[in-house]
Amino acid sequence: MSKAKGLNLKKGTVRNAATYSIVIAAYVIITILSSTGSLKRSTQGLLVPVCCYIVMALSLNLTVGVLGELSLGHAGFMSIGAFTGVIVSMSLSAVIPSAGLRIFIAIVAGMIIAAFAGFLIGIPVLKLRGDYLAIVTLAFGEIIKELINCLLVGIDENGLHFIFNPTGSKTVEDLALSETGKVIIKGAQGATGTQTIANFTAGFILILVTLFIILNFVDSRTGRAVLAIRDNRIAAESCGINITKYKMIAFVISASIAGAAGALYGMNYSNLTSTKFDFNTSILVLVFVVLGGLGNMLGSIIAATVLYVLPEALREFSSYRMLMYAIVLILVMLATNNPKVKNLLSKVIPTRKKKEGARK
Amino acid sequence: MEFLSYLISGISLGSVYAIIALGYTMVYGIAKMLNFAHGDVIMIGGYISYITISSLGVPGWLSVIIAMAVCTVLGIIIEGLAYKPLRSAPSLAVLITAIGVSYFLQNSALLIWGANPKTYSPLVNGNIKLFEGELTISYVSLLTVVACIIIMVVLMLFTSKTKMGKAMRACSEDKGAAQLMGINVNLTISVTFAIGSALAAIAGVLLLSSYPSLMPTTGSMPGIKAFTAAVFGGIGSIPGAFLGGVLLGVIESFASAYISTQLANSIVFAVLIIVLLVRPTGLLGKRIQEKV
Repeated sequence: MSKAKGLNLKKGTVRNAATYSIVIAAYVIITILSSTGSLKRSTQGLLVPVCCYIVMALSLNLTVGVLGELSLGHAGFMSIGAFTGVIVSMSLSAVIPSAGLRIFIAIVAGMIIAAFAGFLIGIPVLKLRGDYLAIVTLAFGEIIKELINCLLVGIDENGLHFIFNPTGSKTVEDLALSETGKVIIKGAQGATGTQTIANFTAGFILILVTLFIILNFVDSRTGRAVLAIRDNRIAAESCGINITKYKMIAFVISASIAGAAGALYGMNYSNLTSTKFDFNTSILVLVFVVLGGLGNMLGSIIAATVLYVLPEALREFSSYRMLMYAIVLILVMLATNNPKVKNLLSKVIPTRKKKEGARK
Repeated sequence: MEFLSYLISGISLGSVYAIIALGYTMVYGIAKMLNFAHGDVIMIGGYISYITISSLGVPGWLSVIIAMAVCTVLGIIIEGLAYKPLRSAPSLAVLITAIGVSYFLQNSALLIWGANPKTYSPLVNGNIKLFEGELTISYVSLLTVVACIIIMVVLMLFTSKTKMGKAMRACSEDKGAAQLMGINVNLTISVTFAIGSALAAIAGVLLLSSYPSLMPTTGSMPGIKAFTAAVFGGIGSIPGAFLGGVLLGVIESFASAYISTQLANSIVFAVLIIVLLVRPTGLLGKRIQEKV
């Protein structure tokens, strides 16, 4: 028993080290490529969003893969993080000239607000099970989208001005900004005129930190409790594990990481509306997670990169690319989940079955 | 009077949701999967009806039948190609496949019919005026409500009286036991998908008669709303889907009239969350005892 455990741990450590080193190697290669100017402009524009979506996929993998609950509203947390990040970075633009420090503060702020939202949403959501939980997360995602659509925010020397505008009767004039003030969020038009300070290095660091948090979390005592809940809730409960508490911990961490990804994403675009973070975005990230493999962090990273870059790379086939994407998606799911195909694969690759057995 | 007209438009919209939700709930009850492509079948039904009216010149009622036939076949094909091979797969895999099918239908529609919205002309025109013209009810609203009630009654009779309906209920309770009793589970599931898709075609035509803008993404939001309605009423329950759909439509109509147009969907979803907190399996859903 102890021997098997030691072996597993070692395997886990090796896998984690491989994950870290692949990410670092990718960063080094891309940095070298971009400094020698061999990256196209369009490719460079993809770097920061890819980082954000990788972090989103890691964050959702914590909820879906590790906690075992389906979330269909994860883009809502990204949205909260994005707009918090934009507000913070724009408010501090006069005080803190260093872009790096501002990115850091904005990301931390995005994390905190998203974590708080995750806590509030987690209270009702985590009481439910299965598909009911999924539909409520979907509902929260849509609610967040519409609430942010009604938000007017501006800043002047007196501080931040907020107006909540549900009827659409108010305009930016009602913010009563002084002459030097500027509007940060214009309701349905979203955040306009944001300084685009996000960069690839910040994205890379964010991925590393996220990986560090999640991989250590999964290996910790808390993480093992969460895994136990995922595998068998009733058995875990009878072992004295506080279900609500551990579910909440995992959910809040997941929400805060999504907030961080959102904050970085928000600072990458001068114009951003909350409709960007709709149900389709949540689904997009869910597709990354499921195709990458539930609970497999490296898989999420690779799936997010490939699936985000693929449609962009297929731009020349413009109208056919999403059709191709849909077909690939269906075929991959059929190939990996159909028992007949699986049997065929296990005959071709005999080690595959063994590994899966060991993991279970 | 204003109140009454909002109520009627709410019930009419809710009836469309209810018809879609009936399809959702039947498929969920039997296949235990969230069929995200259901909303896109609505859109396909709408396009078929639009195309047959505008280019073939067939009368409205015939176009509905053609749309139903096409969607039925489409539903059976989707089920056979994409969902049947995954019957024993984890539910998330099926969910992602459903999303893939949804993307596929939307983008096929985009390639075939283009992104420009088409204006659907309603099946029936005109309205009746009541209370000296203060209250106007369009014939489309009446038709929608009547169609919805007929469909629900027929479905309830079908599931309780006919052999196929009983087979469906048996499959939704326990597929293995149903198979041992000699029920053809695969056929039953295919029939369920066929019925659900035919309902989606009707819903598409009725939806477009009230909201005439037809685009490849037309079906997605009503699809999500109908899914919400099905959960609201207790997923798997036919009267639940009807009740959930109508309530959802009425809440949406009142919320956008009296509170805020921009927050109408939020209010609908907020009510859903509150209902699920009080009754975790929806209004008419059955609570299933968990076995250890």
